[in-house]
Amino acid sequence: MKYVRSILPPVLVGVLAIALWELIVTAGRIAPFILPAPSAIWAQLVEQRDNVVDAALASGANALVGLIGGTVVAVLAALATSRSKLLSDVAVPYAAVVNALPIIALAPILNNMFDSTSSLPRRVVAGIIAFFPVFINTLRGLREVDPTHRELMASYAAGSWTFARLVRLPGALPYVFTGLRQASSLAVIAAVVAEYFGGLQDGLGARITSAAAFTAYPRAWAFVVGACALGLVFYLTTLLLERLATPWKHL
Amino acid sequence: MTAVSIAGVSKVFNAGRPDEVTALSDVDLTVDSGQFVSLIGPSGCGKSTLLRLVADLIDPTSGTVTVAGKPAAQARRDQEYGIAFQQAGLFEWRTVRRNVELPLELRKLPRAARKEKAEEMLALVGLADFAGHYPAQLSGGMQQRVAIARALAVHPPLLLMDEPFGALDEMTRERLQGELLQICAKTGTSTVFVTHSISEAVFLSDKVVVMSARPGRITATIDIDLPGRDEAARQSPAYFEHVTAVRKALRA
Repeated sequence: MKYVRSILPPVLVGVLAIALWELIVTAGRIAPFILPAPSAIWAQLVEQRDNVVDAALASGANALVGLIGGTVVAVLAALATSRSKLLSDVAVPYAAVVNALPIIALAPILNNMFDSTSSLPRRVVAGIIAFFPVFINTLRGLREVDPTHRELMASYAAGSWTFARLVRLPGALPYVFTGLRQASSLAVIAAVVAEYFGGLQDGLGARITSAAAFTAYPRAWAFVVGACALGLVFYLTTLLLERLATPWKHL
Repeated sequence: MTAVSIAGVSKVFNAGRPDEVTALSDVDLTVDSGQFVSLIGPSGCGKSTLLRLVADLIDPTSGTVTVAGKPAAQARRDQEYGIAFQQAGLFEWRTVRRNVELPLELRKLPRAARKEKAEEMLALVGLADFAGHYPAQLSGGMQQRVAIARALAVHPPLLLMDEPFGALDEMTRERLQGELLQICAKTGTSTVFVTHSISEAVFLSDKVVVMSARPGRITATIDIDLPGRDEAARQSPAYFEHVTAVRKALRA
């Protein structure tokens, strides 16, 4: 009942918005290359469902590998950075520079660096994009240690690795997930958009560009819907993992 | 047998800098085995600093601190003491039982033994039914009891407490004082207890150490001799006499 009440309003708004969209497009005779009707997109989605699923799986695999790789590197980098004053003085400005870089712009360069049958360039782009939010948030979490916890662990004569494992890492876990929530959607966007710049063409991005090139706009939109669904799956999976990994935050 | 022996200890913070502070000056103190000693004094008198010196969380500038017959640093490595602070300092990501288990985990006790010990300690502080809860689900008083159970889990011969009841309401505070005394009597633990409260110090202690500030030093040591340590003792003439004595010493 509680779930119904919280889910019903957004669903209702969504249905109304799609109905309104359909009405405006058909009644206003808007050309399909400007905005196709939802019914036309749906028809394409049904017709192309195997292609959409295949492309989404390919892009999803790229995003997942990038996300996991970027997250692992980011957590390790944050651990190292939080331990050393010198490293944090050097690393944080560089991380900011990397973040300011339009990472997607690296895609064509990476595509040329590797074989055109390699999935690696898209995965690297997704990984770099996922890195920054996880790194910054984890670093903040690792630095926020309760002084009482510090004294307590000192009284137990705990070494620095024991301290990191038992106090700093679990304490930083909610922060890691804050970063991961942002990174999960970003990794999907990166994996899809990286395909616009060449490389192996088996994902959603390639499908969208080729459909648009053939002026098959409803089909292009059908793949956009697929990309949207993929992003949602990533985001919701992250939320679920967060709930499982930090039960004390959700009592 | 002496639990704690402090000889000629001074502590200077920020030595040689403009903000140099002499937190403790030439302090001598002995805590006998099984004794309950309170440190009382105004803010800045160095009572928490003294406790941290015993715990070897900071080093003395001069003098020696001996705990259980060995240097404080060695005693800390051997986990000769359990410690509780004003903040319960529980780990929010661990259940109540796993919080109490932590010092045992660091001592590499097997899982089953840890669990048994932790449950025994939780029963001792009356929280057996809350073993599976997270700290956020407990009241402040219950969290403080978990912290005491954790401090006692390794059966330390010495218990160090830094205003552990400072943040609690009067009713909870008095109940926990009673529980603490029972636990100490049952386990034979020596205790060093830092407090702001005269009545708390008198009710709990065998000996009240009165300190004054700038520089932090011991100005009086008052032996407390009460007929008992129950509710009746809080109303006894002896209790009020000791309270007056401590108050006078603090004003002196």
